[in-house]
Amino acid sequence: MDLRFTPEQERFRAEVRAWLEANVPSPDRGTGPLPSLDTAAGFEAHRAWERTMFDARWSVVSWPEEYGGRGAGLFEWLIFEEEYYRAGAPTRVGQNGIFLLAPTLFEFGTPEQKARYLPAMASGEEIWCQGWSEPDAGSDLAAIRSRAEPGPGTGAGAGAGAGAGADAGAGNGAGNGAGSWVLNGQKTWCSRGAFADWIFGLFRSDPEAERHRGLTYFLVKMDSPGVTVRPIAQLDGETGFAEVFFEDVEVPDAQVLGAVGEGWKVAMATAGSERGLSLRSPARYTEAAARLVELYRRQAGAGPAGAARATRLADDVARAVIDAEAYRLHTYWTATRVVGGGGVGPEASMNKLFWSETDLAIHTTALDLLGDEAEMVGDDARPPQWLDGFLFALAGPIYAGTNEIQRNVVAERVLGLPRA
Amino acid sequence: MHFAFDEHQLEFRAQLRAFAEKECTPATVREAWASPLGWSRTRWAALAEIGVVGITVPEEHGGMGLGLVDLVLLLEEAGRAGMPEPLVETAALGVPVLLDAPGVQGDALRGRWLAPVADGGAAVAVGMSSMPAVPGAIGADLLLLERDGDLHAVPAAGVALTPRPALDGSRRLAQVEWEPSPGTLVVSGFEAEGVLAGIEDRAAMGVGAVLVGVADRLVTMAARYAQERVQFGKPIGSFQAVKHHLADALVRVEFARPVVYRAAWSLSEGEPDARLHASMAKAMASEAATVAARTALQVHGAIGYTWEHDLHLWMKRAWALAAAWGDAAAHRARVLEILLARS
Repeated sequence: MDLRFTPEQERFRAEVRAWLEANVPSPDRGTGPLPSLDTAAGFEAHRAWERTMFDARWSVVSWPEEYGGRGAGLFEWLIFEEEYYRAGAPTRVGQNGIFLLAPTLFEFGTPEQKARYLPAMASGEEIWCQGWSEPDAGSDLAAIRSRAEPGPGTGAGAGAGAGAGADAGAGNGAGNGAGSWVLNGQKTWCSRGAFADWIFGLFRSDPEAERHRGLTYFLVKMDSPGVTVRPIAQLDGETGFAEVFFEDVEVPDAQVLGAVGEGWKVAMATAGSERGLSLRSPARYTEAAARLVELYRRQAGAGPAGAARATRLADDVARAVIDAEAYRLHTYWTATRVVGGGGVGPEASMNKLFWSETDLAIHTTALDLLGDEAEMVGDDARPPQWLDGFLFALAGPIYAGTNEIQRNVVAERVLGLPRA
Repeated sequence: MHFAFDEHQLEFRAQLRAFAEKECTPATVREAWASPLGWSRTRWAALAEIGVVGITVPEEHGGMGLGLVDLVLLLEEAGRAGMPEPLVETAALGVPVLLDAPGVQGDALRGRWLAPVADGGAAVAVGMSSMPAVPGAIGADLLLLERDGDLHAVPAAGVALTPRPALDGSRRLAQVEWEPSPGTLVVSGFEAEGVLAGIEDRAAMGVGAVLVGVADRLVTMAARYAQERVQFGKPIGSFQAVKHHLADALVRVEFARPVVYRAAWSLSEGEPDARLHASMAKAMASEAATVAARTALQVHGAIGYTWEHDLHLWMKRAWALAAAWGDAAAHRARVLEILLARS
């Protein structure tokens, strides 16, 4: 056991830090902060930031060099994330693609698909949103009804059962371009959906199959004929997600990811990424926890009302800080196992429970410390960091599988309790 | 960065687990609770035989010469087994104090006590003047006692004990009457501050490790019971209300564990933040254990509320140790204090 980073890792950290210090949009340089990424202008500003990072090869450090990365290891990625949050750098507008789709592409994509999608994703040229939920399929994701039918002039995938479908999928995967599919249905709560260029999601390709069977994973261009986007205003009033309607949308075979009929398995690999290590690096929480301590210090010294609040909330502040640190250590623990060849299984659900509850606790405590200042939404010069963070944190226990679903997964798959 | 135990450390844990499954069953823990001592000298000697008791004693004194990172897994295992023997006090607190004791007095203490500890012939208790009673004082051969900021080493013959029965039958608390003398003094003044702080930190880590093992056992017992107990025609573990209780408890245990391991490493390496890390460990572990105890009792229902069921052996250990050497809130307060002291 050695909890020090190696000299090489420390050099990597120094390099990341120096680049971020010189490049992160900042008021001092007149380059920041960027407008909200859930506005049209903000989305493009964040896209440009992705490009800036990509040009310096910082946008996807853990990817192979051929796709725009540095081939960096898991701990280097964690170091990058720590520095990224420490620097107060912009939210990653490309995160749905980079952290959710890309791991799936690396695992299931053909060489042609990887070459086609990954570099454009890394540069921000193509921003992805996710198409999982439907109006009647939220926590019960396997209830999805949006469907995929064989398109004109194709034999592939017709009546695809698991076996035949897998063969067809392998053929499609080779990108022969011979066939196509026609998509119909509706996806909802598509994060970044209002402005994204592409969407990835599950469609029912075998109408006879039920639940987890007969689903296929598709990649769809958002400006395809028949795609309609209806932005949805979130709790903060901005259009962070959208409904996406599909009406006879034709997509070529080359845009099927993995085998036809195997979409659930392919998608669950992505869900594992979302809940597990790759989306929620500990840096977000440790950085917020450090700011919480500074807020506490400021409030404790800000007159009798602030001091009284600080005294009341001291225990909550410490608890939030310790939980954030516990998440960081648990991530290092898991990362060491992964680097040594181990995997991340149902314990990813424990991560999701812990980071989402921790995030909410940090931000709730901050708002409590602010007292009657907390409700003020601020202005462009003084963005309401804690209020925004609170609203964002509130979504955590809901998305990527609600925490109730995660508790079921933990109880059944880690503790071995029987299914209902 | 390599946050994992090596194969020797894991093997040692496996050895202790195998030992405990045979030699430290719930029935024998009950026997110990009912005995005058509260723990078993026979088992203590057997633990010494496999190297557990003297793990931190240098090899030239008959020990294993290993450190706190090696010890932490064994303490967790001891907690899992409900082991009543004073392993934290002896291996995590007593031995390091003896190793660091300065001067001629230090040499004499090492010469007198390290070999008996390593061969299972002696156990240590540690008492601060702030404590209402000293845990493990009954049965201890050597007592390390603080008074007025100085640390003294007093053999059992030099103390008078007034037993203070406690909830956990293995704790064997006693009020200790004794007279400090130049002959008992180990370290004083400024030097003693560091030694006493070291005791507190290793206690926070060591008791934290035991608590993680206790919590793990409580969750495991409750999960097993939920698989077997049938109501409304189904195992109660199939109900979400039960599942969610257990999942939440498991999450607390799972995230406490690396914090405790990190504290062991930091203390072992003399890291500048070791005290902060020890307090984080105890805060997480105390909370995990109390949540696990509360959850395990609720999942068991009335049977868990009985003396006959083994659950209470671990629940009482959880409650006693969660409060010992500072409860979760006390350690959270210390964490915040340390963080605020940084500029």
